[in-house]
Amino acid sequence: MQRRSKTPIAKAYIAGAFEHPTRKAVDKTVPQLHAEVALGALQDAGLTKDDVDGYFCAGDAPGLGGIAMAEYMGLDLRHIDSTETGGSSYVLHVGHAVEAIAAGRCSVALVTLAGRPRAEGVATLGARNYGAGVPDVGFEQPYGPVITNLYAMAAMRHMHEYGTTSEQLAWIKVAASHHAQYNERAVLRDVVTVEDVLNSPMIADPLHRLDCCVISDGGGALVIVTPEIAKAIGTRCVKVLGHGEAIKHLNGGKVDLTYTGAVKSGPVAFAEAGVTHADIDYVSIYDSFTITVLETLEDLGFCEKGKGGPFVADGNLISGVGKLPFNTDGGGLCNNHPNNRGGMTKVIEAVRQLRGEAHPKVQVPDCTFALAHGTGGSIGTRMGSATVILGRNDA
Amino acid sequence: MSHAERTYPDPVVNLETERYWAAAREGVLLLKKCKACGVTHFYPRSVCPHCLSGDTEWYPASGKGRVYTYSVMRRVATPFAIAYVTLEEGVTMMTNIVECDLDGIAIGQEVEVTFRTTEGGHALPVFRPCAKGAP
Repeated sequence: MQRRSKTPIAKAYIAGAFEHPTRKAVDKTVPQLHAEVALGALQDAGLTKDDVDGYFCAGDAPGLGGIAMAEYMGLDLRHIDSTETGGSSYVLHVGHAVEAIAAGRCSVALVTLAGRPRAEGVATLGARNYGAGVPDVGFEQPYGPVITNLYAMAAMRHMHEYGTTSEQLAWIKVAASHHAQYNERAVLRDVVTVEDVLNSPMIADPLHRLDCCVISDGGGALVIVTPEIAKAIGTRCVKVLGHGEAIKHLNGGKVDLTYTGAVKSGPVAFAEAGVTHADIDYVSIYDSFTITVLETLEDLGFCEKGKGGPFVADGNLISGVGKLPFNTDGGGLCNNHPNNRGGMTKVIEAVRQLRGEAHPKVQVPDCTFALAHGTGGSIGTRMGSATVILGRNDA
Repeated sequence: MSHAERTYPDPVVNLETERYWAAAREGVLLLKKCKACGVTHFYPRSVCPHCLSGDTEWYPASGKGRVYTYSVMRRVATPFAIAYVTLEEGVTMMTNIVECDLDGIAIGQEVEVTFRTTEGGHALPVFRPCAKGAP
């Protein structure tokens, strides 16, 4: 495959990106965290809250949709969107913000995520409860589904069908840890080996403790603007070139846990961006668990279906070592998975890479095109998927 | 060797599903089939997810199936096996695998339905390995 040569046109740009430095927010409220990340992203863009006319948030924002947070932050809005697809929401919001900007509905879009599950002591061993009115609840909750054993069932089936091994899954964690060692804010900074992963306690067969992401507080925000505003702000603005979104579910009992919604969101994003896999220099892949990354990489087409195991092995995801550097901040597996929702930090690290502002030890040389992918809900039941493809300012 | 079992929480029962749970108390696993398109779906709904027809009917499942996938939850006081079982009728349902060695469960294994009483007295369909040599 040849790299593209034509300059892609962007309908909107990411002008500001901010990851909250905290990983445990004992002394802050959730609205406060939302406001702090909003301020961080606006300052990063050189804008103020009075410039914001579009606001995007998901279920982590307290109150009814975006209403309470708009009031808390004193926003004067002409466009709101509170689409909730779990951890994929913020990747999806980037796409929706581009659509809104292209339609003239807003010119400066703010996206926020925040939460404090660590400070609040929320254990993920409990079942997720979306309320008794959710139609699947009666047929699932009595059986003890939690996050880990649902993803574990996807991993177990993938292993059965394709021969994927625990060693191959472990390489995903190993790669994330190689990147996290350079991130002073990462929850887990120690470089681990395949053996370390396999020797960590089994949580839910076949997933070990080190196959799981961290639990952290904090959040992040993005500011997306029109091309005209981006031009005035300068070259740190990153092009949003394409996006796709999808929901995948149990399909009335025709269950297949070996693939994710990325099979639909990915091709749409690539087609809109007009780039190919060979163009992509860096990927941020949602990494709630190692299996999430493996299935997503296959479904996005970075390798043949079922070949994710060999693809991720032997350091292929390590920046400077492998062919497809991923999650160079350490990802959710090592750095940060704020409020159990990793989509926001996926976009933020992709922006850092395209600005050349990732840590020098993990910065991809001449990073021109990047992909960020979010997963929400559970690949073991029903899920949201969102993919965005971004380009450097001069791409 | 069978494992110790955890206590089972009650299912949420609503207008669409009360018949399913009533049948379970009688030891019957009910499924829903669409009379318009003929396709069985799971979990059971009043409206067919394959064609949106509201003309759906209950029928008893054979109770036999195979393990599609499973996972043994280890980090709890009483480890247990969550699973998806593909029934002979073609649909795949979430369940637990019981009355077995948790380390001996395998994808493709033949299983049959049995029932467990929940905390509030409902009957919950779960699955156990079919007896060897059983038809």
